[in-house]
Amino acid sequence: MANISVEELSGNRAQPYPGAPDNWKRFFTFSTDHKVIGIQYIVTSFVFFLIGGLFAMIIRGELITPEANLVDRTIYNAMFTMHGSVMLFLWSFPVLVGLANYLVPLMIGARDMAFPRLNAAAFWMVPVVGLLMMSSFFVPGGPSQSGWWAYPPVSLQNPTGNLINGQVLWLLAVAISGVSSIMGAVNFVTTIFKMRAPGMTFFRMPAFVWTVLAAQLIQLFGLPALTAGAVMLLLDIVAGTSFFRPENGGNPILYQHFFWFYSHPAVYVLALPVFGIFSEIFPVYARKPLFGYRVVAVSSLIITGLSAIVWVHHMYASGTPGWMRMLFMFTTMSISVPTGIKIFAWTATVFRGKLRLDTPMLFALAGVVNFVFAGITGIMLGSVPVDIHVNNTYFVVGHFHYVVYGTVVFGIYAALYHWFPKMTGRMYYEGLGKVHFWLTWLGTTLNFLPMHPVGLMGMPRRVASYDPEFAFWNVLASLGGFLLGLSTLPFILNMVSSWIQGEKAGNNPWRAIGLEWLISSPPPVENFEQLPIVIAEPYGYGKDEPLVSNLAELSESPG
Amino acid sequence: MTSEASIANQVESSIVEEHNEEANSKFGFWVFLLSESVIFLSFFAGYIVYKTSSTDWLPPGVEGLDTHDPAINTVVLISSSFVIYVAERFLHDKKLWGFRVFLLTTLLMGSYFLYGQAVEWQGLEFGLTSGLYGATFYLLTGFHGLHVLTGVLLQTIMFFRSFIPGNYDKSSFGIDATSLFWHFVDVIWIILYGLIYVWQ
Repeated sequence: MANISVEELSGNRAQPYPGAPDNWKRFFTFSTDHKVIGIQYIVTSFVFFLIGGLFAMIIRGELITPEANLVDRTIYNAMFTMHGSVMLFLWSFPVLVGLANYLVPLMIGARDMAFPRLNAAAFWMVPVVGLLMMSSFFVPGGPSQSGWWAYPPVSLQNPTGNLINGQVLWLLAVAISGVSSIMGAVNFVTTIFKMRAPGMTFFRMPAFVWTVLAAQLIQLFGLPALTAGAVMLLLDIVAGTSFFRPENGGNPILYQHFFWFYSHPAVYVLALPVFGIFSEIFPVYARKPLFGYRVVAVSSLIITGLSAIVWVHHMYASGTPGWMRMLFMFTTMSISVPTGIKIFAWTATVFRGKLRLDTPMLFALAGVVNFVFAGITGIMLGSVPVDIHVNNTYFVVGHFHYVVYGTVVFGIYAALYHWFPKMTGRMYYEGLGKVHFWLTWLGTTLNFLPMHPVGLMGMPRRVASYDPEFAFWNVLASLGGFLLGLSTLPFILNMVSSWIQGEKAGNNPWRAIGLEWLISSPPPVENFEQLPIVIAEPYGYGKDEPLVSNLAELSESPG
Repeated sequence: MTSEASIANQVESSIVEEHNEEANSKFGFWVFLLSESVIFLSFFAGYIVYKTSSTDWLPPGVEGLDTHDPAINTVVLISSSFVIYVAERFLHDKKLWGFRVFLLTTLLMGSYFLYGQAVEWQGLEFGLTSGLYGATFYLLTGFHGLHVLTGVLLQTIMFFRSFIPGNYDKSSFGIDATSLFWHFVDVIWIILYGLIYVWQ
């Protein structure tokens, strides 16, 4: 026993410095470090964001003229199917899982996730999902053309008659993505319940951790329903059953129930962590505590609960009986209570604060404004009479793009800028960040705002050609779409060059309060030399009280 | 702090961490099973919708299901849940041979259930594509059967691992999880039996 060196036992290996030869190589290994896995998720999904963005620009290129003259109509169908599938399953979900992977253990004072190997296995399924989705371009008949919702009987058509067709590959990819998400959800929930540092009670957890918990609970109860529907759809395609084939007595509406029972809550799986990001960012850049922290934290769980009972609002026009429409209209509207709580809390946090308009704050503020707009159109769509009128028009497309781009992507950008110095130890270029913000904001507004008037005028979704009277708004939207494509360039330039040669950022460039800001940037392997002992609620801005009682012992190189 | 005290401290804290790991694994496995049960709930919901709304439920020439042999199967599967519990108690008292005998018994009872299921499937006059009745029947029993097979495989692994010396010194999470999974498979079967065989 006496031969064991103490250094080895308590060794707290530093994260490789930026120029170190093993610095970038570790991202291509089966690493079990949650910080490496987090960045693996973020970078992988950003690549797919660019691919999904290319599909979007092909769609917008087709729609810049009223005639269908850029691509074949079947290719157009494949484009909007793959655009939606890639953006959801390969960008929005994984990038937020990546952020949560990086931040949750740091924020709750844990050395890693509860199951590090499971974590790595869940990540490595994402590239597999991507390869499967992309491989469907190379099979006879091309990729799935039934939209990301894959409603039967459209999704049951198999024009080429092959067993391996675009729809089957799509289903396999979604199934693997589901397995990966369940593994991640089990890991997050266990980590948050069991791995908190001493003193880190539930009501001392940062709001982001609350929202991750709320989102991952949705994955656990929602995804299995989609899996059940997907298994039955797969059997219908490959084994000749008739679960959803109306001509043989099957019930295609049942698939819609299975699909939306997960896929509406899935929107909150995306939105909740973004709400958490807003709740983290506003106190830092307004120098005020988060207004109504406890209520904001609990409202996330209320959203989780309500999300399970609203799915039929996607099916008002699916022959749904009147009493069901009324019931789900009521539940849908009630979602605006917990989300309204958050919006008022953010407004009150920012109100009369000492605002510092750095790039993360700009993205967060614009994200909330976009979310309020999306919420208003959301209430319109939740009401049956309006929905029946604008069902299947561009009004719906505009609404949900204001959610998934205007809110979710803005929140993701805000988070990436805000925690970039923590992840890399270096500062991004503020000027490039501002250029990126204004391009993104202009592109988003030009692209998605015109969809609302053109939808109210009656332009249907999912069409490659349209009536020339809609042309004006579509030209604007297409210009916005190309602008959004352009807007990723300053972002990529900024991230890559400042990671290589940006200014050293120090441990806490934002003077933010939180466990992750108490340790070095980037944090060492296993994060904390000694587990922090938490003695205060989060967001103690202006209170001048310490967050932990053992600050000096947390890391070897304070400062 | 002297180096000896520091080492003792390290060893102790690593023991605490291992203990935590077992608690985490148990918690995580519970979370996983709760999530898994939603797949079955979805299938059950689908079955109830189909059965109550379908106009021609039974395929032509099919009278219904024979309940005699499946009832024997049910008794065997449910009692195996008690048998694996006895095995767990033996392990708890560090009586390895008693543990092995009862684990092996559970394994054989599970295998008998699978055998009985296969015999029943062979004797049926309808198939997977015989309307919604056939499709839902094979979907539910097949998906449950896959879980029984998984449980039996887990028990086989646990049986052979019990011969590794010192296997249970650190943790008995493997057998805890196997047992919990087996109870889960049982509970699902009770609901399934009620829906498919009793409610005809």
